[in-house]
Amino acid sequence: MSSSEHEVGQMAGRREGGFNQWLNKRFPLDSLLRDHITEYYASKNLNWWSVFGSLAMVVLVIQIVTGIFLTMSYKPSAAEAFASVEYIMRDVNWGWLIRYMHSTGASMFFIVVYLHMFRSLIYGSYKSPRELIWIFGMFIYLALAAEAFFGYLLPWGQMSYWGAQVIVSLFGAIPVVGESLVEWIRGDYFISDITLNRFFALHVIALPLVLVGLVAVHIMALHEVGSNNPDGVEIKDKKGPDGVPLDGVAFHPYHTAKDLVAFVAFAIVFSAIIFFAPEMGGYFLEHANFEAADPLKTPEHIAPVWYFTPFYAILRAVPDKLGGVILMGSAMILLFFLPWLDRSPVKSIRYRGWMFKTAVALFVVSFFVLGFLGTQPATGLYTTMARIFTIVYFAFFLLMPIYTKLDKTKPVPERVVYHG
Amino acid sequence: MSEDVDLSRRHFLGVATAVTGGVGAVFAATPFLASWQPSARAQALGAPVEVDIGKLEPGALLKVEWRGKPVWILRRTDVMLERVRETDAEVRDPASEQPQQPEYARNEYRAIKAEILIVVGSCTHLGCSPIERFDLAPADLGPDWRGGFYCPCHGSKFDLAGRVYKGVPAPLNLPVPPHRYLSDSVILIGSDTGVA
Repeated sequence: MSSSEHEVGQMAGRREGGFNQWLNKRFPLDSLLRDHITEYYASKNLNWWSVFGSLAMVVLVIQIVTGIFLTMSYKPSAAEAFASVEYIMRDVNWGWLIRYMHSTGASMFFIVVYLHMFRSLIYGSYKSPRELIWIFGMFIYLALAAEAFFGYLLPWGQMSYWGAQVIVSLFGAIPVVGESLVEWIRGDYFISDITLNRFFALHVIALPLVLVGLVAVHIMALHEVGSNNPDGVEIKDKKGPDGVPLDGVAFHPYHTAKDLVAFVAFAIVFSAIIFFAPEMGGYFLEHANFEAADPLKTPEHIAPVWYFTPFYAILRAVPDKLGGVILMGSAMILLFFLPWLDRSPVKSIRYRGWMFKTAVALFVVSFFVLGFLGTQPATGLYTTMARIFTIVYFAFFLLMPIYTKLDKTKPVPERVVYHG
Repeated sequence: MSEDVDLSRRHFLGVATAVTGGVGAVFAATPFLASWQPSARAQALGAPVEVDIGKLEPGALLKVEWRGKPVWILRRTDVMLERVRETDAEVRDPASEQPQQPEYARNEYRAIKAEILIVVGSCTHLGCSPIERFDLAPADLGPDWRGGFYCPCHGSKFDLAGRVYKGVPAPLNLPVPPHRYLSDSVILIGSDTGVA
């Protein structure tokens, strides 16, 4: 679009002719930078909720770089994996730092992505015309979940082993083909060296490629329709004579400056965790995983890492194998349909009524409570609570077409506003 | 000239090419998908194992490994067998109607010899290995507990014949692996036919 309006080599601060011109005749560097960075206009009222997309990209880079260096010392075999992780921690120069960056990065990835998704939820960023951005994003979330799951087997500790055993067995609940499917995934009659080796391949090459590809289409779709904002106003509807949205400011330098501040804050938190609490009290690295995998002995208490516990609690709330698996799957799949479940005429929570606000609040509470319950043993009171909050979780989605329609909305302004 | 183009022929050729290519893609994908099946080595390592139970005391549990899974061999006492009969009303499949055992173990005690229980110690819910809890009415499992196996992962309970209790997430009884007695005290686990 804008690339054709500009002469090659006219970017600010660039000399005409010379190498720059030579390059741009052969590769559209300047026009790419213009389309996606310097002349990509996002609303001027974006607040701190909008920094998590950039942060997610930062974490992706951290994970890829630290991951590459970990593969240089890690051995993907049942006989050597556990010892090779200890070798990284004790003998490889700075190995402990690289590994803690990677393990902490995994949890931070989910924190950032959950906040990023929550931003979409409160500002209606999934609503038309951004449904596909949301769906690509959901695929990123699923790919990330798979990536995290495959990665968690690699240290070959007790929790790695039995976590993989439980998750792979979920597929066994599928009628008729379930058991052969499980055997096909494992490549053996149990989680073995063969399983470890293939999970390693999926973790270090297959899923990262998928993730990067999905991130690319997520951003391409975003830059096609433009970013949402806390008012849920389409800034492209009001353009100045230069064709630039009146409420838009260039991504660079305006939004990048803010994202940089967020990155500094993120880096402080990230470093504090790495240096002072890399295990995060057993939430980021579980205690049982400091013991090598034993296929004959299940630990007394097994729980997935915190980012899966809400779904795990839903699985356990159902006293039926297939039912539990279906409900857990639905808890994730329902998110895909958010753009069509939400029937409200307005996007942002700022202009919605009490029903949506209450529903979001209940949803957040149920997500946290289920997350906590998933880390606890499934007994008595906890099981009852898991059932109650599973109902709340599903009610948020299934009743959404009703309460978003009934809800009384406020008039949306023509242009974005600042709220001091 | 566009009026000379036979569109239906072009359409047919397009579809035919796509279908041929699609069949080719399926053929090409087959070796990759099949490579995920258990390899020849994995199958060989899954061969049957011989176990000598001559020294197994009454009431004692022996755990052996077969195909990477724990197989439990429990020499049940008369009291334990009586407790199996007592739990009939509380288990999901008291008569072993589900195909979780070979025909020769489809009986009251789910065993060839009543006192010798042989089951795969892998929970039928999500594959954790349950823990033996032969104590009567412990605090955590309640006053009705008559001894059996308890899964720490999701709270499934099994009686002393590996039968699953009602109202727990595990749907099926613990499977009895194919096995046969090579002599009075030697069992072959993993195969019930031919010569070992």
